[in-house]
Amino acid sequence: MDKAASLKAGPNRLRQGYGGPPEPSATAEGPGLPPQASPKGLAVHVNVARRFASGFQLSAVMDVALAPGSICVLFGPSGAGKTTILRQMAGLERPDAGTIRLDDDVWCDVAAAVWRPPQARRIGLVFQEPTLFPHLTVRDNIRFGVGPGSDPIEEIAALLGLRDLEHRHPRELSGGEAQRVALARALAPGPRLLLLDEPFAALDMPTRARLRRDVRALLHRTGTPAILITHDRTEALAIGDTAVVVIGGRVRQIGPVRDVFSHPADVDVAASLGVEAVLPARVLTASGGLLDVVVGATGGRDVVLQVAERDALAPGTEVYACIRAEDVTLGMQLSTHASARNHLEARVVSINAEGPVDRVSLDCGFPLDALITRRSREELNLTAGSQVTAAIKATNVHLVARS
Amino acid sequence: MDWSALWLSVRLAATTTVVLLAIGIPIAYWIVFSSWRGKFLVEAIVALPLVLPPTVLGFYVLVAIGPLSPLGRVYASVAGHGLPFTFEGLVIASVLYSMPFAVQPFSAEFAAVDRRLLEASWSLGVSRLETFRRVVLPLSIRGLVTGIVLSFAHTLGEFGVVLMVGGNLPGVTRTVSISIYDAVQSLDYASASRTSLLLLIVSFVILATTYSLQRSVWIKPRH
Repeated sequence: MDKAASLKAGPNRLRQGYGGPPEPSATAEGPGLPPQASPKGLAVHVNVARRFASGFQLSAVMDVALAPGSICVLFGPSGAGKTTILRQMAGLERPDAGTIRLDDDVWCDVAAAVWRPPQARRIGLVFQEPTLFPHLTVRDNIRFGVGPGSDPIEEIAALLGLRDLEHRHPRELSGGEAQRVALARALAPGPRLLLLDEPFAALDMPTRARLRRDVRALLHRTGTPAILITHDRTEALAIGDTAVVVIGGRVRQIGPVRDVFSHPADVDVAASLGVEAVLPARVLTASGGLLDVVVGATGGRDVVLQVAERDALAPGTEVYACIRAEDVTLGMQLSTHASARNHLEARVVSINAEGPVDRVSLDCGFPLDALITRRSREELNLTAGSQVTAAIKATNVHLVARS
Repeated sequence: MDWSALWLSVRLAATTTVVLLAIGIPIAYWIVFSSWRGKFLVEAIVALPLVLPPTVLGFYVLVAIGPLSPLGRVYASVAGHGLPFTFEGLVIASVLYSMPFAVQPFSAEFAAVDRRLLEASWSLGVSRLETFRRVVLPLSIRGLVTGIVLSFAHTLGEFGVVLMVGGNLPGVTRTVSISIYDAVQSLDYASASRTSLLLLIVSFVILATTYSLQRSVWIKPRH
């Protein structure tokens, strides 16, 4: 599509808007599978390889269908290759081999010597640091990529709360304001896809949360899908519809963000997603949708956990039991009334404040963390050395079969 | 005081600076943004006048524009006279001689522009050349001013190259530094001292003005 047509389409798209939040985007179950069709969405196909002088090797395959206005998070530890994938999608770096397609548009096909420069891709790009043109006003920054006299800019500026800042220079803006301008600038030409490289990482917490909400709303409004890099699991859960987990230069899992976070595909994914406890265990018995799993514990006493059966696992199968700290509740005595299947005697090893909540490190025979509110900690009068009962629902223990 | 020599020097310096602005910006652009591995060779050639004795540079320019060279013959057939010992010949020599004083500040400033600004501009659909015009040039004002001033001041005071290429023709190629040399040769110390003092003051005022301007030129955030 040529630029003039896209500009014409811009305001209409904006006015039209979208009723509710988009459907969770359809995704491929794993690397290499074709994306499920999504009406009016974008099918992103990336299959790229790049070898770096450092020895790091990127070999990423991802097929993602992006619903209008949805956000796909590229999630993984730093140095995993997320930024390289994004920059190759933006046309700022070239892979050694592979293809990048958006719907039927081939952006890059090394074998066929096809390469579209960033100018021809119609993407919006936002970096971690707001990179505004320092010699231009906010208004001229936002208008930089559009012809004179187009009006979607006014609406975008208004939606991002920038109307009063239009005549300022970038150096007169706070970090959050500057990042809003960068977003407005990226959205103004009506891109097909927004690429965001940790856009909130440099901001303080309240600003980050506010901007996150506004970005979500703005993308729904414009219908622009986005791919967003983050290494912050809270951010991924807060803003993502789809998650693509990148570890060590490879795409390890793709799926709806909650599925990915609650059902990591393997132990590396589980560890990088922040599933705190990854416990080596073995399936004892399976009956009635419940698995009995024995967790190897220190001091010779084994601990048996009851786990809801999701995948059929034969007794004897070696597994990792993954338990998120949020899913562990603490009490002072064994409760027989609650629905939680697992009640473990535990000793408090240490308590550390983590934002508004406390992370309680426990010894249940194996190390386990619990996240509880400060008030709960005070009511339970917990200190290091306290004896408590840790309760875990059978549905909150996720098993990954060891390969 | 030899006013015609002073006027000639100012004309030469101004012409040379304008030419260097026109060809120095593309050269600096190419040096900064080309991905050719051998570009260090071009950088070295541009920097040669910094270390080469002016007489050596002048000698080669004289040979290159002389009646025996293709360039000299083409010029002579078009203009009706040769390049050596003319103002045009002096301009060619001065442009080469002052090249590093323009190209190096230009390219240093171009290279200092945050690369992510260029990438942001490209992703907004703006071509590389337009990005250069709309982003790099406005952010390189400081380097452009420095290059212009240094080229001008350096050409104003040049001696050896002028003598080799232009000789000493009053009103045509006798620049202010040669007139000072002449005055000393003929033991006219009073004239030499007046002209020298004038050149000293002019050079100082130009440089002082430039540095003071650079302080108040808009502050570019450095990353």
